Amino acid sequence: MAEIRNYTMNFGPQHPAAHGVLRLVLELDGEVVKRADPHIGLLHRATEKLAENKTYLQSVPYMDRLDYVSMMVNEHAYVMAIEKLLQIEVPLRAQYIRVMFDEITRILNHLLWIGAHALDVGAMTMFLYAFREREDLMDCYEAVSGARLHAAYYRPGGVYRDLPDTMPKYQASKIHNEKQTRIRNANREGSLLDFIEDFTNRFPAYVDEYETLLTDNRIWKQRLVDIGVVSPERAKALGFTGPMLRGSGVEWDLRKKQPYEVYDRLDFDIPIGVNGDCYDRYLVRMEEFRQSNRIIKQCVDWLRKTPGPVITDNHKIAPPSRINMKQNMEEMIHHFKLFSEGFHVPPGEAYVAVEHPKGEFGIYLVSNGANKPYRLKIRAPGFAHLAALDEMSTGHMISDVVAIIGTQDIVFGEIDR
Amino acid sequence: MSTTQLENLAAALKDVLGDKLVGLQTHFGEITIIVRAEDIITACTNLRDNSKLRFDTLIDLCGIDYSTYGDELSAKHDLRNKRFAVIYHLLSVEKNYRLRIRVLAENNEFPVVDSVTEIWPAANWFEREAFDLYGIVFTGHPDLRRILTDYGFIGNPFRKDFPITGHVEMRYDAEQKRVIYQPVTIEPREITPLVIREEHYGDCES
Repeated sequence: MAEIRNYTMNFGPQHPAAHGVLRLVLELDGEVVKRADPHIGLLHRATEKLAENKTYLQSVPYMDRLDYVSMMVNEHAYVMAIEKLLQIEVPLRAQYIRVMFDEITRILNHLLWIGAHALDVGAMTMFLYAFREREDLMDCYEAVSGARLHAAYYRPGGVYRDLPDTMPKYQASKIHNEKQTRIRNANREGSLLDFIEDFTNRFPAYVDEYETLLTDNRIWKQRLVDIGVVSPERAKALGFTGPMLRGSGVEWDLRKKQPYEVYDRLDFDIPIGVNGDCYDRYLVRMEEFRQSNRIIKQCVDWLRKTPGPVITDNHKIAPPSRINMKQNMEEMIHHFKLFSEGFHVPPGEAYVAVEHPKGEFGIYLVSNGANKPYRLKIRAPGFAHLAALDEMSTGHMISDVVAIIGTQDIVFGEIDR
Repeated sequence: MSTTQLENLAAALKDVLGDKLVGLQTHFGEITIIVRAEDIITACTNLRDNSKLRFDTLIDLCGIDYSTYGDELSAKHDLRNKRFAVIYHLLSVEKNYRLRIRVLAENNEFPVVDSVTEIWPAANWFEREAFDLYGIVFTGHPDLRRILTDYGFIGNPFRKDFPITGHVEMRYDAEQKRVIYQPVTIEPREITPLVIREEHYGDCES
């Protein structure tokens, strides 16, 4: 009889299903996983240490690069922590803009997740569909901040500028002639809000499309149902948050339970799962698409009706307008001091958490009164989720590990920081 | 958290922890409690299991190096010349409470704190991270390895005396035909100086 022994296999860091740079050391008994030991840190940039050596404002763009598929939500937690220590009010319009872009970001994140997750499990089409919609939303990012990914749009005290009145348009090329270009530009004739509203009207049909492809798909269900089951008690003990916790049937969402900005004025529901397996987490996220869409619609309505300032007029924290800066000595000094020395944050410590698409994203900020943070700790939801990979995948087949990585929605920018 | 919730939580904490509670501060609607390093296991077990609190989730655990915090602030927070502390952020899903615990490590040269992995399994990686970045040792941790830094890394990069450039850099050596480590060649520089203003700086005279 042949000798039977366990194998140790190296998965990643350059495996397409490793979602970046995950190195996974798997101990296998045949094809069954006995132990999974994720090795992380291959994308470690010491963001927290860098932030200690930069002014508060200079660290905002670093937040985009944490979870690089939900950029603005990362910024949101960071600017809210600064605002809490400074004790400043954010104009209402800025709060609505932030909430609207948080939800756009949630859709962006979940689109990438469904595309990558389905691709890992073997469905190519989803990826193409999801990226078609991502394109429209990234155009919104671009219209408002000038960048498609790393926006640096949220600032302490508000958002950098108001929503634009025009959308960038396509131009005719060798591939698309004049007539086609006119059709492609049809929904870009109005303002950014018109474009977003058009998107929210189209989007529910797209989600239906994804669901017809996946929800009752036999292969999809075979790969996800009863895979990576986590009980509600265990999910809480393991530090799960967001869709991972809700998939296990725990009714917990910071937007409802500890509302920040204007979430308490908006009407939306929190989907929860029943079994706590990969399939339930998939269903939870699919419903979150629809709920985010609802929130965006309400924000668009409100923003259309109510003009106003979008950043605080305290020029010790937010820069004055360009025109005033050029004409007024006082404003000139404010501008210079703000972008050279930066503002000072009174001594104290604060922890601020937001409902990130992946879970609870928290910023713990300690200030000693300087123009730079004394300590910045980033609580990344993916870090706690990946730590539970061993527990979730033990006893499953090696192909299920890929499904579990997919359902955890791992992004290494935030885990390695 | 609302004011009534904060009062309820503060009262419950005093009741449950008793003499284990060394200090309690409320600021910005957040409660911070200070617990002695030797009491952390009993305190955390009570916080999790007591029906008035039910802190069932460890949201975050991180190390902090107070060595350049400033004398005035250190005195205010009663740090007693202790350099390292571990900060726990707890969440009670059932009661909707949040809590921060600060535990000062007694020894500045060899900081040691008991591990809470037995109480919340989520602490596993967070403690490895604090061990990696600050060199805080957690006794009772099942697998205390480095987590974020490179294999074979030397030092604790988040300590305040660790330079931001690091000590070594990596390059490909054409003669040896392999990647080698060498001392850093870049000059340390500070583009924006760190400034702490005296109190009431820039205020108008009253």
